[in-house]
Amino acid sequence: MTLTGQRPGRVEQEPGTRPALSHRLAERGIDKLLLLLLPALVFALVLFVYPFVYGLGLSFQPKTGGLFGAYVKFFTDPSVRGLDSIWVTLQLAVPAALLNVLVSVPIAYKMRGKFRGKRALTTVLVIPITLGTVLTAEGLLNFFGQRGWLNRFLGLLGFEPLQLVQNYWGVLWSLIISGFPFAFLLILSYLSGIDPSLEAAARTLGADWKQRFRRITLPLLAPGLAITFCLTFVLAFSVFPSAILVGDPSGSTRVIAYVAYNAWGQQFDYPLASAAAIVMGAVELVVIVLVLIWRSRMYKGSTGGKG
Amino acid sequence: MSLTLKPKSGTTPRTAKRPLAASPGTFLIWGSMAVFLLLLLGVVSSVVVNSFAKEWFDTWLPSGYTPAWYADAWKEYDLGQVIGTTLTVSIAVVGISVLIGAPASYVLARRSFPGKNILMLVFLLPIMMPPITYGIPLATLLTYYHLAPGLTGVILANLVPSIPFVILTMTPFIEQINPSIESAARMCGANMLRLFTRILAPLLVPGILAAAVLVLVRTVGMFELTFLTSDSTSDTLVVALFTAMTGAGIRAQQSVDAMAVVYMLMMMVLLVVALRFVNPTQLVSQVREETD
Repeated sequence: MTLTGQRPGRVEQEPGTRPALSHRLAERGIDKLLLLLLPALVFALVLFVYPFVYGLGLSFQPKTGGLFGAYVKFFTDPSVRGLDSIWVTLQLAVPAALLNVLVSVPIAYKMRGKFRGKRALTTVLVIPITLGTVLTAEGLLNFFGQRGWLNRFLGLLGFEPLQLVQNYWGVLWSLIISGFPFAFLLILSYLSGIDPSLEAAARTLGADWKQRFRRITLPLLAPGLAITFCLTFVLAFSVFPSAILVGDPSGSTRVIAYVAYNAWGQQFDYPLASAAAIVMGAVELVVIVLVLIWRSRMYKGSTGGKG
Repeated sequence: MSLTLKPKSGTTPRTAKRPLAASPGTFLIWGSMAVFLLLLLGVVSSVVVNSFAKEWFDTWLPSGYTPAWYADAWKEYDLGQVIGTTLTVSIAVVGISVLIGAPASYVLARRSFPGKNILMLVFLLPIMMPPITYGIPLATLLTYYHLAPGLTGVILANLVPSIPFVILTMTPFIEQINPSIESAARMCGANMLRLFTRILAPLLVPGILAAAVLVLVRTVGMFELTFLTSDSTSDTLVVALFTAMTGAGIRAQQSVDAMAVVYMLMMMVLLVVALRFVNPTQLVSQVREETD
């Protein structure tokens, strides 16, 4: 950052009497202790930054089509249909993230106090996070399938069996099963961090629960909501195995991760795969930045800290 | 195991003051929670039941039960080797990421220096980006250097999100340690190495365990990065499960489910161990403090 900036008010000294370089650096917080950062930094540079830059460079060196050939191919080639896949991914990720966050808020609001079995409930909710997408997909195929328990139960009630897997809904369900507990636990911890005496004060002033929620809790929760939405969105946006297993990867759930993997692992078109990965990262960052901008316009100030 | 710990709706002395009849809102909320848990139970138990099923066609429950599918899955998918690979990868990733991440998180917790924000961003990005986005260039590069597909590639790729994760998890634990303890040790003549091994390491045991267990759970469950860098001899359990589900040829659904149950049991054991060291709500708020 401002490594080279002279500190204002520093008295110029004769070269012979200047304090040693290590002293001057230590004044700014740079000393030998920072060497402890070196291994982690090297790893991050070699395994994350360098591959990313390499991928970026690769995406501009396609075999045909000039500098932007891979990107042009990604967006316009009828066999790639990149734009469609972005749209398909967003259609899955945005509703899933919104639903997970919006359903979590009232439930967490109701459960923010202490009650018996709270720890047990949070334990049960951690399970789907550890199950992972592949196992959830297997379970969904069994449970939601044509001859699964759910359709059997619906049949008892006299309904036609529903097609719930191998399409859009199967993937959405899998995103909800793995994403909802995550969103719920995050929002619960944000809500428990809001000082209850603020709400008690509003109550003594005669605010009903709607006013208390709208004027007190919601503004204090807004930063937490934004972060939770971002994290669940990232989870849902990177949907890959479940889009193949419980979805319809050649049609309605042809997500961008699948397109990128297909180019990489099936067609061995590394520039196209890198271009798809870069576009995927860019779209995700755009959504996150939009959410953070919205959050900064909505409420400015401290979150009230933890309880 | 922990499925039996269902929340009880019994009234404690504290909640006894509330009216017994629930309002429609409360009813709706508990109802939707119950529906979600029921769904979860259905999804999990249908896999378990199917893995023991002799034959299960158009009926509520299978016609008979047999444990034979587990032996079948063990042979057909070479589960011994797969589990061995999973353990090797996880232990290597946990060990390396804690060794590298812990000193870095110490510096980040204690010092401020020019460029710290940029550094934090570099450490945060691998957690915030979808694994596929950096996994594809990374796998291309590792293949180019002949490190992937193979065990080395799998371990290296899994380290990318693990090291930042260790840093983020451990920073709050280090901030809790009183710096004057370190100063006292320095005054008594301890150098940096002794400070770390004699003072910080014993105090940091809970933090190290929490970070290690979380990285372990993440690595065992990580699909994308392993999938991109593994071959048939270095598949972890979750990738082997995916390959079995998508692979060509007619396979008995039950033996795939048996493998899924093995995976689930492994995850449950890890979860129970993890919850001894980490409180889920607290874990989330620690992560939040860093991402906020």
